[in-house]
Amino acid sequence: MSSNKETFGKTIGFVFIICLVCAALVSISAVGLKPLQTANKLLDKQTKILETAGLLELAGNDIVATYNQRVDAKMIDLATGKVVEGDVNTFEERADARDKAKSSKPENDIAGLNRRADKAVVYFVKDEQGKIATIVLPIVGSGLWDLMYGFVGLESDMNTVKSLVYSDLKETPGLGAEVLNPKWKALWPGKKMFNEQNDIAIKLVKGGAKAGDIHGVDALSGATLTSNGVERTLHFWLGKEGYGPFITNYRAGGLN
Amino acid sequence: MSTDTKKVLFGPVVDNNPIALQVLGVCSALAVTSSLQNALVMTIAVMLVTGFSNLFISLIRNQIPSSVRIIVQMAIIASLVIVVDQVLKAFSYQLSKELSVFIGLIITNCIVMGRAEAFAMKEKPGVSFLDGIGNGLGYGAVLMVVAFFRELFGFGTLFGFEVFPLIQNDGWYQGNGLLVLPFSSFFIIGLIIWSIRQWKPEQVEKD
Repeated sequence: MSSNKETFGKTIGFVFIICLVCAALVSISAVGLKPLQTANKLLDKQTKILETAGLLELAGNDIVATYNQRVDAKMIDLATGKVVEGDVNTFEERADARDKAKSSKPENDIAGLNRRADKAVVYFVKDEQGKIATIVLPIVGSGLWDLMYGFVGLESDMNTVKSLVYSDLKETPGLGAEVLNPKWKALWPGKKMFNEQNDIAIKLVKGGAKAGDIHGVDALSGATLTSNGVERTLHFWLGKEGYGPFITNYRAGGLN
Repeated sequence: MSTDTKKVLFGPVVDNNPIALQVLGVCSALAVTSSLQNALVMTIAVMLVTGFSNLFISLIRNQIPSSVRIIVQMAIIASLVIVVDQVLKAFSYQLSKELSVFIGLIITNCIVMGRAEAFAMKEKPGVSFLDGIGNGLGYGAVLMVVAFFRELFGFGTLFGFEVFPLIQNDGWYQGNGLLVLPFSSFFIIGLIIWSIRQWKPEQVEKD
């Protein structure tokens, strides 16, 4: 150790040099790896969207090409439900939600979001003939521990569920995180989100949904709070403060 | 390899294990051991960080003014952890999503600081590097054992491969709900410490 030859100037100089070297190291790695990280993040999102639309097997290893060929991303204004201009690639719901100018407080915040971005990006997934087969809607809402991010895929009647895929969550492994279990996900296709009166009817049923119940899905055992979170998230995003206006417009055929 | 090098490198695995004997770094051992894959990546990350932080700190040990040495060590460790986190995000996005917060928390892992302060400040760079890698190995060995039991009995899988088919997936095995939760590692780590001390009674503290 060098305590005997320590002076104030030397200490300051040494710390300064260390900081400089460390800062350089961190900056180089952050900037140098940025393109790869962005590509990874985008690939992850595209994979989840294709999975929601049921095209993952078809895509195989060529996620990007399949995505570009089949998926049409559009930015919408949630309040009006109309398509608006905007960069669909850089949009992030949570980033906008933190910006007071780009978000608003929901009146009935059942999904536990606090603020919700004014815009959203929706994904139209086409079939081989180029007809819209699935509409993929990003959703986010509180689970037990934290926000859960995912996508819900609806068929073109905007009612029949294609799938519900969570992409990012911090729920308890083995309990709440069972929303990722393929067996649970397999319960969703074919369920109807709305009833005949066009009210949101989808629900997670504790103890298991009755056979033939088109609005009920089994709740996760041992994960009541996560199940409630999933149900409320869906109710929020399908409701009038979520994609409600967009769904109405889409059914009426007038998006622009 | 001379016996001294061997002792520095492999000593921390059983004889001087950072978790079992020094009881350092237990918090992250609880969090990342729900699956073998997470534990393995965490082991590698910690090994690299302890190894290189020991190396760099040892290289400049004679220049570090002792009044600010902890801060200097911290700066070096923090930078290395950020680099590891960035690399993981760039090359293994899925894993980094699962581990991210715990990779960041390597900074606060007492093993890294402990080895820097207790070993690298006194010893030559080469042997310090080995000491860091060795302690990473010791940490990793405990992590892997804990993760083995938690993943096998909690989820019925090993490295994601099904060993006991779960009832949820039409099998016969009811996953152990306790082992799924982080605090169950306390029991397993406790049992590991007890077994090591049965095997090597010299590790038992004198009253």
